[in-house]
Amino acid sequence: MAERSTMPLIEVDNLGVRLNTSRGPAQAVRGVSFSLKRGETLGLVGESGCGKSVTAMSLMGLLPDSARVTGSIRLDGNELAGLADADYCRLRGNRISMIFQEPMTALNPMHTIGNQVAEPLRRHKKYSAGQARQEAIALLDRVGLPDPARRIDAYPHQFSGGQRQRITIAMALACEPDLLIADEPTTALDVTIQGQILDLIADLVEERGMSMILISHDLGVIAENVQRMMVMYGGTVVESGPTDEVFRRMGHPYTQGLFRARPKLGARKGTRLKTISGTVPELADLPAGCTFSERCPLVIDACRAALPPMADVGPGHGVRCIRTDVSMAANVGALSA
Amino acid sequence: MTAPVTTSIDAPVATRRLPAKTFWGRALRHRSFVLGGSLSLLVLVSALLSLVWTPWSPYEIDIASKLRPPSAAHWLGTDSFGRDIVSLLLAGARSTIAVGIIAVSIGLTFGVCLGLIASAKRGWTEEIIMRFSDFTFAFPAVLSAIMLAAVVGPGMVTSIVAIGIFQIPTLTRLTRGSANAIWAREFVLAARASGKGKFRITIEHVLPNILSILIVQLTIQFALAILAEAALSYLGLGTQPPQPSWGRMLNDAQTLLFLSPMLAVYPGAAIAIAVLGLNLLGDGLRDLLDPRLARER
Repeated sequence: MAERSTMPLIEVDNLGVRLNTSRGPAQAVRGVSFSLKRGETLGLVGESGCGKSVTAMSLMGLLPDSARVTGSIRLDGNELAGLADADYCRLRGNRISMIFQEPMTALNPMHTIGNQVAEPLRRHKKYSAGQARQEAIALLDRVGLPDPARRIDAYPHQFSGGQRQRITIAMALACEPDLLIADEPTTALDVTIQGQILDLIADLVEERGMSMILISHDLGVIAENVQRMMVMYGGTVVESGPTDEVFRRMGHPYTQGLFRARPKLGARKGTRLKTISGTVPELADLPAGCTFSERCPLVIDACRAALPPMADVGPGHGVRCIRTDVSMAANVGALSA
Repeated sequence: MTAPVTTSIDAPVATRRLPAKTFWGRALRHRSFVLGGSLSLLVLVSALLSLVWTPWSPYEIDIASKLRPPSAAHWLGTDSFGRDIVSLLLAGARSTIAVGIIAVSIGLTFGVCLGLIASAKRGWTEEIIMRFSDFTFAFPAVLSAIMLAAVVGPGMVTSIVAIGIFQIPTLTRLTRGSANAIWAREFVLAARASGKGKFRITIEHVLPNILSILIVQLTIQFALAILAEAALSYLGLGTQPPQPSWGRMLNDAQTLLFLSPMLAVYPGAAIAIAVLGLNLLGDGLRDLLDPRLARER
């Protein structure tokens, strides 16, 4: 057991994903590496289309058939990349689970919520119908659904968005997975519900000693919920490190831009939000060098020549930028903002 | 969760429904469903009735009393062989419905399976199935029946098989198209993320969600099968004499069109009633099974 707890639960090494899009093949993810021990939490942050979800889907083995995965993904030392779908089915929902962005559509409208929560238990744990039902009630109770014993036979449309997200969390946690992937779990919810759901996820992760990968475009969500974070842009990790450290000393111009662009409470009326100029490049035609070079305020010719290597700027803190000397001098970390 | 949210969608409200909200409550208020249902039922009852009772035997030829006008003995008169028209119509409904049910079952079984397989497998499998379906679609039922009749001879079985084959591509395309839309839904992704295989997902998630579309299409396919059966019998490729059928009755009537035009009108009206009834029924079902309304169960 001692060895088990020190060995990384999941190890991703030089992951690359090539997707076939309508605009031709696109390298949606390249050179993504990280490892996660049991009980650790990791945040993936970035704009839409930066490769966060594709990374998550490649961990779940749910990429489209046309996608080409390179590099390696190991769960407890077992290689997952290229695993047959039938073998992957035994892992999904059992050892790796996922919570989705849209609770309104993540539940099948034709089945009762009780059946949907009990399903993974019956398949993976071979519970009897009665056992699975009891367990489903207990799970729904744990995720804070009011009066689960009475409402277990209700259909998804009879619940609110927040309640449905609680139900999908119960589904994802049914088999006590080792790794939970939460892909923008609160984006579609009211702000008042967001905090409750995130607290619930955080409690459950701690209570069950799970590892979690939390995907969000919201720096605030990342700051409060994960130990380590990775900032992605154009399919590459541009900055990674312990959450505190990254927020204290942001090294990549993109991370800094994201941080400046967040809306602030108490800002003077009429203050304009800072934006990052330009738009996210299409994955099918990324610039040759640094993926952020087209939009970076600090760009020099060398940036466009080749993808910069990951440079260590602190303990466990890496930045994929060749201009950290300038960017970190003009630091805009949380403390100075 | 705040208190007002939970109370407003509390379960008792969801279960305590007015009759108007139940399926049959809404169905009986729907005009085209009621009309279409009654007409279809009329045809079905006629067919069932003919199994146990017809006013006269539809096979009994009585040349002496041929081409009689309507009378107390023969409600709609007799045809050129002196057979009772009412009896022929009732017995004809039987052939029509038998051919329709069997042919649509063939089309449904193969069409839905192929469509679901194409949608679940994608890639080359889908491509092959869909091109094959395009190929089949290019041959109308009448043409495939003529080809089939040339090989195995005309008859009821020939027309059933030909109509069945003709139903397959339509249902394959419809199934694949609607199944693809379901596969793209997030709950399917969630089901895959919980470890379900493609077969389980197809059975538990895809099929139930496209069922209402298939049911509606079924009534339309049935109407098409009836038309095709009548056409084939009319051409002499379908139901063979003395087995009565509406298409054959039309064929028999055409030589006497100027002498006794009503002989063609009766089977024509029967075909029209059956097809109209099924189409109206389909329209009604489409409204009633609309997911936006059906959700209120």
